[in-house]
Parts: sequence; C-alpha cells; structure tokens
Amino acid sequence: MKKIEAIIKPFKLDEVKEALAREGIQGMTVSEVKGFGRQKGHAELYRGAEYVVDFLPKIKIELLLDDASAAKAAALIQTAARTGRIGDGKIFVSPVEDVIRIRTGERGEQAI
Amino acid sequence: MKHSRATLGFLGALGIAALLAGTPGRLAAEEKAPAPAAAPQLPSYFSAASPDPAKPLWPDPTGANTGVWATPAGDGKGDVPSSLALTDVYDRMAHNLVSINFVWTLVAGFLVMFMQAGFMLVETGLCRSKNAAHTSAMNFMIYPLGCFGFWVYGFAIGWGNWFNGPVAPGWYASLGPGTAVLNSGWGLGAATDAAGNLTGAFQYGLIGLKGWFLNGAVNDVGVMVLFFFMMVFMDTTATIPTGAMAERWAWKNFCIYGLWIALPYCLYANWVWGGGWLAQGGLNWGLGHGAVDFAGSGVVHAMGGFIGLAGAIVIGPRIGKYVNGKPQAMPAHNLVFVIAGTFILAFGWFGFNPGSTLAGTDLRISFVVVNTLLASATAPIGAMLTLGWKGMKPDPSMLCNGMLAGLVAITAPCAFVNPMGAAIIGFVAGILVVYSVFFFDNIGIDDPVGAISVHGMNGLWGVISVGIFATGEYGAGWNGVVRDAMVKAYGSDGVRGLLYGDPSQLVMQLIDASVVAIFGFCIAYAWFKLSDLITPIRVSEETEAEGLDGPEMGAHGYPDMVSIHVNRAAA
Repeated sequence: MKKIEAIIKPFKLDEVKEALAREGIQGMTVSEVKGFGRQKGHAELYRGAEYVVDFLPKIKIELLLDDASAAKAAALIQTAARTGRIGDGKIFVSPVEDVIRIRTGERGEQAI
Repeated sequence: MKHSRATLGFLGALGIAALLAGTPGRLAAEEKAPAPAAAPQLPSYFSAASPDPAKPLWPDPTGANTGVWATPAGDGKGDVPSSLALTDVYDRMAHNLVSINFVWTLVAGFLVMFMQAGFMLVETGLCRSKNAAHTSAMNFMIYPLGCFGFWVYGFAIGWGNWFNGPVAPGWYASLGPGTAVLNSGWGLGAATDAAGNLTGAFQYGLIGLKGWFLNGAVNDVGVMVLFFFMMVFMDTTATIPTGAMAERWAWKNFCIYGLWIALPYCLYANWVWGGGWLAQGGLNWGLGHGAVDFAGSGVVHAMGGFIGLAGAIVIGPRIGKYVNGKPQAMPAHNLVFVIAGTFILAFGWFGFNPGSTLAGTDLRISFVVVNTLLASATAPIGAMLTLGWKGMKPDPSMLCNGMLAGLVAITAPCAFVNPMGAAIIGFVAGILVVYSVFFFDNIGIDDPVGAISVHGMNGLWGVISVGIFATGEYGAGWNGVVRDAMVKAYGSDGVRGLLYGDPSQLVMQLIDASVVAIFGFCIAYAWFKLSDLITPIRVSEETEAEGLDGPEMGAHGYPDMVSIHVNRAAA
C-alpha cells in the first residue's frame, strides 16, 4: 500500500479531483496548508510598515492506494495540477504499514 | 456676558421678537431698553424675568412656562378662542420655536450617540482578532462610564457657569430661558458692579460649579437638552484614546479612566464653550471673537487625540511592533468593519456638526451640513492621492482615516466657512493624516488605529483653519464680541479669518490650539502615570501574546478560532 501526499495550488483542486474520479480513484483527504519552496512571497506596505507575505496558501491531498494504482494516480495528479509556472507543488509517495477501517475493523488492502 | 450658544438662539428669536416688539436688534446682553409705549407687554419667557421673584418660573421641568402648545392661554372653554390676542400668538410662536430647537438638538444628539458604534467597528476592525472582544468592549463600556462621570461632576464643571454669572434679563438661548440657571462658577478676575458688589461673573472663567448630579437647581427642560447633547460629545472624546492604546490596555485601568475623562474634557470645554477664558479672549485681549470652535475640533477631537498620545506614550508600543527600531506591520483583521464604521461615523457627523447650532431654527444648518459633506469627500481623495504620490497602494485603512480626518478638521469651522473653504480644509486634512500616521509610527509611538493623527493632528488643523478660512458671514456677536471697526467695514462682525480680513482670529485660534495640545497632553500624562500606580495600565506579556479577550474579558470575540475544550465530565 502506498500513501500519496500532493501539495498543489488551491485552484487546481477541482481539476485533480475530477481527473482521479475518472480513473475510479475516489476518497481523499484535503487540508488547507501554507508553504513555499522556491516560489517566494511578495512584500506589502500597511500604513507605512512593510510586511512580507512569504507563506502562500496551498492544498494538500492525501490518498491511500494499492501499489498498482499509486503510480498511475501520481502521474494523473502531476498532469492535472501542472500550470508550468513556479509554485506548482510536489508529490510524495511513501509506503504504508497498515490501514484500518474504523466502522468494520477491516485491515490491509480490504480497508482501502 | 453672552456666549456662543446663547447668542445663536438669541439672534433667531430676537429677530422675531424685534419685529413684534418694535425694538431693533441688539446683539449683546445689555440692560433691556424700555420698550416704546406702543409695544405690547411681552410675556415673561421673553425676558426670563419671573413676575414674582419669590416664585421663579425657571428652572422649568415641564416646559409649561415657555408659551403653550395646546389650548389658548388661560381659556377654559375649548380650542377655539373667542378672541385672539397678540400674546396668544407669542405663546404659540415662542413655544414652537423652542420646540423646533429641542427636537433638532435631541435628534442630532441621537446621531452622535450612534457614532459610538462607528468607533467600535473602526477600532475593532483595525486591531487583531485575538483582541476583538476587548477592543469592542472598551468602546462599549466607555459610554456608560463616561456618562456616569459626566452626570456626577462633568456637566457641572463644564457648563455650570454657561452664562458666566447671573444675567440681565433677555432672551438667552435657543433652548429657552431656563438655561440661564447655569450661572454659577469660579474664575479669575471676579467682576463687580458699580457699587463694588460681586456680580458672580468672572473675567477669566475657569470652572462651573452648578448642576452636580443634575440636581434640582438645574431641573429645567432646556438644561436637559444641553446635558444630553454635551454628553454624547464627551463620549466621542472619551472613546478616542481607546484606539491609541488598544491591544494592551488593562481593563481595570481603562475603567477608572472612563470615570476620570470627564475632568479634562469638561474643564477645557468650559474654557471654550462654557463661557470660560478662551472664549473670553475676544473680550479680554481683542483677539477676534475669542476661541471659536463650532462643534469641537479642539474641544472633542484634539483633546481626545492628545489624551491618546499621552496614553500611547505611557503604555508603550505593542510587543512586536518595533524590531530594531523599525515599525512592523500589524494588519487590520477586518477592513470591512473599518469601512462600515467609517460610514457610521460620517453619518453621525451630520448630527455632530449641524446639531451644534442647538437650534433647528438657525437656517445656517444647511451650510454646516454641506461643509461637513464636502470635507468628508475631499479628504479621502487627498489621502489616496498622497499615497499614490508616495508610490503606495490605496490602503483602505488609510482612506478611512482620511475621511475621518476631514470630518475632524471641518468640525470647528463648519459654520463659518464657504464650500470652497470646506473642500480645501478637507483635502489638506487627508494629506496631513497620511504624513502624520507615518510620523508617529516612525518616532516609536504605536497607535494601532491612527487616533492621534486623525483626531489630535487634524483637530488642531480644524481649530487653526477657522482663523484662516472663516468668511465673516456668520457668527455675528460670537462670544459677545461686536467690534465697531468690523461693523463699519463689513456691516456685521461675524467670525472672520485671515483670508477675509481678521488676522487676530488666527492668533486666538493658535493660542487655543496650543492650550488644548499642552493641557490635554500634560493632564493625561499625569493621570496615566498616576493610574498606573493604582492598577497597572498595561497587561502582562503573556496576556498580550495570547490576546486580551480571554484573560481580560473572559470571552472571545471569535471563539471558533480558539481551541476551547469543554469539560463534559463537569457538566
């Protein structure tokens, strides 16, 4: 089993969600995060004092998939979330030890 | 001796009285000349002289002694009189005239009271969300606390001697003869009459001493109107420092401030509006009409701004505001509140300024309204252009500060300038406030809402602008000053500024501006230092970092943004 974490630009969420849904991948957790990589923020002046907006809002998507689907999903996300401009984000793929469905108590790949 | 408000209403009523009585207009309270034999006997409310001195008709708690409003006087047979005497006409006319003035002043006062909501929104919006409950609560609680102090002692020391001693008979004020009971105080230069007896008047009025707790001695319908109207003005002053000292002012210390604020406000108000020594500058020193401040750029706004300055210095800047001496941005948490609040204030100002005629019958109110409107329009434009000229974006908080600065600045001159003058005063105010905000920020004085710049600096500008732009077409006899040279040159001696031929008014306005700045700052500085010994003025560092809502108020402005765990086991 693999976990996919993708940090994407917020307005790309719908596109990514639909791309995954078309391939039958449903179920994800989405959180509002902020961060920056090489895309820096910008400076503003509030009543004469400068402040820097350096953390930019992003969306983090977390998906749990079996090994076969993971690679396909990562590729789909990369295509859907891409704008070609700096700040598009990153995708992290990591192995998962176990998954448990809280309602039924199922474990492993059945619980995905 | 005549004073500002008295003269206004007096002029209005006098015109009609003169018409009826056949005596041409007088402007100052001289001895009443014997009426020509053909003139009818005037009712007592014209002369304010009670027929039986042992049973004075004033203070009048019901208005029964100022004409009538229903059935013809003394006619028990119903509405339709069998004959109509001239006195019946007087009765109704006088009563209606005073009634219009009452309604006008009271309703304008209601608008000013509503400005409290405007201040609350502006200040809370400009502060951070973690302090929302505390900031808005300060702007809320200042109203009852200030009102209490004003009732107990403030009104008495401010207006207890409105007429500067017992007065000669005459029609005194737009609010009726009853206000003449405000005739007791103290000052320097006690006046004496020809026989050497003290008259009760003072050449340099300093303080009023009548009307504590609005007691029986001032139990008059007109006095009540004056009390209410002056109270809501004081509230405006009282709420200004809460902005300059926001986000770190300990609640208990704020509360005792709320009870104290009537002291500096009413003392200075006495000097300018209550017949005191600044108003008497014209009579004593030949400087224009004495200090002229129509609705209070100095009395209300500059006083509030300089008290705020003293407070901001004593309390110190917010944690994190200055890093290596450089001011850091602490953005407003809700600019929508700020703009909504600014509109509420602008609306309330349409009560603040024209209401200060204390007379709906004074038709100058339309000029006051238009002048107020124009200044409120050109000021934000001036602010926006100034920001643009400095290469900065049109920060809405600055645009709002701009409009308020324009309103503050026009408050003193609003009745005395023409529309062009008002527009210029407003435009300059918008430019001034931007530079002032940057100035105070850069010298280490942390003012979260710009109160010192909006009210202090532009309050001074408003006071000074009277001495420059007043046209002379209004205000004849203001503060009892009628100069023959002026009457000869211009036909009447109205309030006149430098550009229209009276430099002495500007000199007096500069004196007035200096007094409010120095007196306001010093007395407030002393108070805040003293109050800090009674109960600490500033909250602890931990409280300030967490936000004052929980620790000081026990309630959060935005509970959803705080992790609050409800202990269900304890329920």
